[in-house]
Amino acid sequence: MNPIWNIARKELADGLRNRWLLAISLLFALLAVGIAWLGAAASGQVGFTSLPATLASLTSLATFLMPLIALLLAYDAIVGEEEGGTLLLLLTYPLGRGQLLIGKFVGHGLILGLATLLGFSAAALAIAVLVPGIPLGQLLGSFGRFILSSCLLGWTFLAMAYALSARASEKSTAAGLALGVWFFFVLLFDLALLALLVIGKGQLSANLLPWLLLLNPTDLYRLINLPDFGSELGGVLTLGRDLSVPVAGLWLALCAWTLAALALAYALFRRRPI
Amino acid sequence: MNPVEIRDATLDYGGFTALHDLNLQLGAGEVLGLLGHNGAGKTTTIKLILGLLRPTRGSVRVFGQSPGDPAARRRIGFLPENVTFYPQLSGRETLQHFARLKGARPAEVDELLEQVGLSHAAQRRVKTYSKGMRQRLGLAQALLGQPQLLLLDEPTVGLDPLATIELYQWLDRLRAKGTGIILCSHVLPGVESHIDRAAILAKGRLLTAGSLAELRRDAGLPVRIRYAGKPDGDWPQHWRSVGHEVAALDGRRLELRVGEERQHEVLSVLLAEQAQELEVLPPSLEDLYRHHMQSAHAGAPA
Repeated sequence: MNPIWNIARKELADGLRNRWLLAISLLFALLAVGIAWLGAAASGQVGFTSLPATLASLTSLATFLMPLIALLLAYDAIVGEEEGGTLLLLLTYPLGRGQLLIGKFVGHGLILGLATLLGFSAAALAIAVLVPGIPLGQLLGSFGRFILSSCLLGWTFLAMAYALSARASEKSTAAGLALGVWFFFVLLFDLALLALLVIGKGQLSANLLPWLLLLNPTDLYRLINLPDFGSELGGVLTLGRDLSVPVAGLWLALCAWTLAALALAYALFRRRPI
Repeated sequence: MNPVEIRDATLDYGGFTALHDLNLQLGAGEVLGLLGHNGAGKTTTIKLILGLLRPTRGSVRVFGQSPGDPAARRRIGFLPENVTFYPQLSGRETLQHFARLKGARPAEVDELLEQVGLSHAAQRRVKTYSKGMRQRLGLAQALLGQPQLLLLDEPTVGLDPLATIELYQWLDRLRAKGTGIILCSHVLPGVESHIDRAAILAKGRLLTAGSLAELRRDAGLPVRIRYAGKPDGDWPQHWRSVGHEVAALDGRRLELRVGEERQHEVLSVLLAEQAQELEVLPPSLEDLYRHHMQSAHAGAPA
């Protein structure tokens, strides 16, 4: 346990030193407050509208942002250490590759988790204080769910970043791969699924398609946070209505994604020649 | 128990053999110079000892344990070639991080900074360090946790001559404390008086290993004897007649190449003749190295 924490605390200290933690927290807080009050501007209203609408907008935004920030934070975790010359040194210390990887994950995960917690809690606090008559229990529940699932989504993409960082031989390659991963899961996957729906015209097994949503952590994340939006959901998420998976199952699937990506990262890191 | 025991280690690297049947031992308090060109297998050997690579055949033991073992690694200090650190950390923070990873006493950090002469720069970011300062920090890093085996890969590259001498003095002190040291180098001058044994590697094969005296005896290289004497006199004639090579050095001095077993005979003649400016140059490590490289090329044409 100790070597893991020693690696983690260095990552955490780096996150404080280069102000990543501060920057992400501020970004989240500003966006959350902005969306809460200006989210409905498009429909001609200014000011807080409703909690579900705010959360829906926040979720859409975090679906884009969270993976991007996680990938940015961690894409050079391994290949960067190698280019900096410190990986060789670290691996000669009494420290396994698994411990190094988990240590980085704990460190980066804490940065991301803290920033999410601080940023979005600040927004929730602002709503609680400034919006009269808001049901506090509902606010706490929905923001709690939103914050926790955002963390899980971020951790999944952290783990993916380690996998590509363990695979890439140069930092620039890792950056390119990270962009590719983001593009695939955040944009391409849903488009492909939509295309399948349209081409299939319902001929494709209607029982199978909804399950495909489980193959994308960002879709899982949106399904978790937008349970009551059935008819208003755009695009492929309407498939989610046909998905007979309880909410707990969605959470479990997201956790499984994190673990699977971590396992992949470890397998790739172990095979990486030094 | 020897710090390092390598037996018949062969390492295949995807169709290419990086090491052929390497046999190498290092005792406690012994300094071994591992010499060879780039790509000869020096760094590969170090990586075997560190457990970063596993031999395809043969065995590597470090303090009797398998090399990747955390207990074995805690007793090893390693200075990589061209060591680099996290640029944004200060020298002290860097050492603190590595001390925690190695389980060294926190107090060692400032002691070592003092010993390598970096106390004044301990608060500065490593980014601002010169190459020599980074190398000193690297050495301090390698000495964390009082290792009983020290592996130094090209430690003198980039050091100025004064810092190099200082490094060698360090090695002498550590050897006296019983630390086993492997020094990888292709920089030969100056190193010979600080190593107990030399091992010469070429293309993944160990050409020879032994103390300098043993290497000299095996190589059979001539001793060079220089003295002042007129080249046009009878002397060159005389030496040639008894079978020695003679060359005029600079119009005044002569250089004889004499087999080791006959140097006493020649020297007693020269002493009896009261020869001036007498110099005796045994084959240097560089000569031995060149000799082995040449015979390796002759034996196995590339």
